[in-house]
Amino acid sequence: MAIPRFWREIPSRYNLVASKCGNCATVDFPPREVCPRCGRKSMGNMERVKLSGRGQVVTYSIIHDAPKEFEMMKPYALAIVQMDEGVRMTSQIVDCENAEVKIGMRVETAFRRLGAEGEAGIIHYGYKFRPEG
Amino acid sequence: MKAGIVTYGAYVPRYRITPKEIGAVWGVDGEAMGKSLNIRAKSVPGPDEDVITMSVEAARTALKKAPGISPKDVGAIYVGSESHPYAVKPSATIVAEAIEAAPVMTAADFEFACKAGTAAIQTTMGLTLSDMYKYGMAVGSDTSQGAPGDALEYSASAGAAAFVIGKDHLIASIDHTISYTTDTPDFWRREGQAYPSHGGRFTGEPAYFKHVLSCASLLFKRAGTRPEDYDYAVFHQPNGKFPVRAGKTLGFKDEQMDTGLLVREIGNTYSAAIMVGLCAILDIAKPGNRIFAVGYGSGAGSDGFDITVTEGVDAIDRRSGRTMRQMVEDTKFLNYATYAKFRGKIRMREG
Amino acid sequence: MNVRGVSVIGIGETQFGELWDKSFRELGIEAGLRAMQEAKIAAESVDAIYVGNMSAGKFIDQEHVACLVADYSGLVDQHLPTVRVEGGGACSAIAIHQAAMAIASGVHDIVVVGGAEKMTDVGDVEANAILSSTTDQEWESVFGATFAGLYAMMARRHMFEHGTTREQLAAVAVKNHKNGSLNPNAQFQKEITTEMVLQAPRVAEPLGLFDCAPLSDGAAALVLCASDKARKFTDTPISLIGTGHATDFLAVHDRRDLTTMDATVIAGKRAFHAAGKTPNDVKVAEVHDNFTISEIMSIEDLRFVPKGKGGYATEDGETALNARISVNTSGGLKARGYPVGATGVAQAVEIVRQLRGEAGKRQVAGAEVGLTHTLGGTGGTAVVHLFARGD
Repeated sequence: MAIPRFWREIPSRYNLVASKCGNCATVDFPPREVCPRCGRKSMGNMERVKLSGRGQVVTYSIIHDAPKEFEMMKPYALAIVQMDEGVRMTSQIVDCENAEVKIGMRVETAFRRLGAEGEAGIIHYGYKFRPEG
Repeated sequence: MKAGIVTYGAYVPRYRITPKEIGAVWGVDGEAMGKSLNIRAKSVPGPDEDVITMSVEAARTALKKAPGISPKDVGAIYVGSESHPYAVKPSATIVAEAIEAAPVMTAADFEFACKAGTAAIQTTMGLTLSDMYKYGMAVGSDTSQGAPGDALEYSASAGAAAFVIGKDHLIASIDHTISYTTDTPDFWRREGQAYPSHGGRFTGEPAYFKHVLSCASLLFKRAGTRPEDYDYAVFHQPNGKFPVRAGKTLGFKDEQMDTGLLVREIGNTYSAAIMVGLCAILDIAKPGNRIFAVGYGSGAGSDGFDITVTEGVDAIDRRSGRTMRQMVEDTKFLNYATYAKFRGKIRMREG
Repeated sequence: MNVRGVSVIGIGETQFGELWDKSFRELGIEAGLRAMQEAKIAAESVDAIYVGNMSAGKFIDQEHVACLVADYSGLVDQHLPTVRVEGGGACSAIAIHQAAMAIASGVHDIVVVGGAEKMTDVGDVEANAILSSTTDQEWESVFGATFAGLYAMMARRHMFEHGTTREQLAAVAVKNHKNGSLNPNAQFQKEITTEMVLQAPRVAEPLGLFDCAPLSDGAAALVLCASDKARKFTDTPISLIGTGHATDFLAVHDRRDLTTMDATVIAGKRAFHAAGKTPNDVKVAEVHDNFTISEIMSIEDLRFVPKGKGGYATEDGETALNARISVNTSGGLKARGYPVGATGVAQAVEIVRQLRGEAGKRQVAGAEVGLTHTLGGTGGTAVVHLFARGD
């Protein structure tokens, strides 16, 4: 069971901890040590910030063929959301009908169960998106 | 110096199922069942929701109403439930991380059937009154199950409420609290069992009513009050009949009990039940309003609270996030098959 | 150091499909031995073996596969250096590049490059999960993003921005099945209709079952040789005249433009620059069509058609057999099959056949320059090879 691997990402998965480049002010999620735009100039100059959790859907797909962990959720809406801070994230859209999902719709993050390592394993929690407000 | 409620938040999942839908599967007149329980619908958690996710949502909602309260000042978090996702590994630590109260704080999970949340309120009152911590958070959260075909299947539902308790920035002071506790085996679940068992009619007089009414009498005496002194009354609500009967017996009127009686629309949210009722009241209460609240947990015990709403209630943003009414009315109705699938009542293949 | 030219002197491939009777090692050696036979080279002449394989470790619990392939090919006495190359779906295209660099730099003279994958020893659900391992595990798949779902989101955005339709996506599958029906090694040799594609079970909207390449077993191989020695082995050497290899962000959500794979754009530019050619010079191309949208995006990114016009061009028949540019004459990944690791080399095998004039019913007339394009993951890697007749 990949326990440390999931535990390590808790700040970003629970609280949307991201990074902001001290050089160009671009926000990256998950947080990076090196800014893809600024390279060496950014090292040691990356600040931790938290995303607001709000953004809009830029594309989506309704998933019918799902892996075992997501059997119970299918068919579910998967989306790429452009957060208000500029960075994009990928997750499911919940609390609305799949047919209501549209490019451009405003969403906010919700705290949900992502899956578990079987009936006896650790449960993984993280962000999904729901319609804003 | 009094302790009291600093801020509050709740969460109810949007899925619902009606007694009629449940009864049809078991050859029972579900509509009649619903009428006899005074329950029109109950809430159902989605497959990606559990006590922990709902506790986090309720806790975050509470803090969002009061941005002046720093999560780092919440020194203790207790989550009360009888459907914790883990038998060993506390829900409270995950809530603590998710609201960024961790790591300099204490946490634990509580269990006392439906009064685990109110027990947590009393504990955090003690911690803050004794100056051990500035604020404590008491969460009641449940995704309880009723055995398929059992009477409890019509009422056992899902929800969560989180109260931040402290001595300052109160929106409501808890002027008095008193409890009544005995060893009464009215409802229980053994380790490893999927569903609880109960004593049928034994859960009424010797259990619910004895403890609620006894605790209420003690509370009236300690507070020196009578029913007319209160604007609102809320009791534990395993169905829509027991709390009304208890309230009437004590001398309360329908108008006092109506706001907090959410069980009719969302079912019995167990550890959250009386707390979501309180949230509905706090959503609309005005400074000076008095609230009489007596919970109940099988096993058995009652925690009673005499609450006065303060001026502070207007200092928090009660409209940030959804109100209790908005959550109750945001619904998507399910058929029994989907409900059974969501609730894990269908035996899936292993591995 | 002298940089020598590199040519193909032999090709080989297995049938592609659900090959229940063939194990990974049987497939792996079959293609390589065929290529060596075709090149008429003896074991002693081979200097190294490069094997592209995406995920034998997950599909059959086997790592160290290049060593395995050399062993079972009967080459143990040569004690060859072997290299296993990983890069998602692009792995054997990268292997070609690695082998070519070894020859060009003078380290080796003759290298056998193979690609192989055995995907049907596990069930469908597990196979798809393994395919997903090339996506961002921490920030895409753990949140429910499937491999098809990520491509489907690119398709949705492409439809939103450029007006691409489901019918245009279907046109890719219909064309490739038509070509596949002319390829005796293809997994699917029956034509399909647009209706069949549109009515197929939904996988990740807007993609349905027939928008997706199948799970397959198969292997392919090339014998690469220094160009100045190629004529010793064949009268029809086909030369690798340019290669472009580029990467981009791993996660789709980090990409600059959701309807463009910058890795393909850059790999294409690098390849054309190295070869001194332009897209107009290419008459036959094997383009990565693991999903119908991939071919549409890729023919735009390779500059065969303007951005946004890929669907329209396909619908209008511009990429059909012997049209302006023949794309995926083999049937593509869709119809010929998609044993992931075999792809890059299999695409090269088809192009070599075309340039030699040996493609039979699916021959592109007058093909002088051919192109292969292979993607890794959801476009985090792209490799483009240009081949031409002669040395």
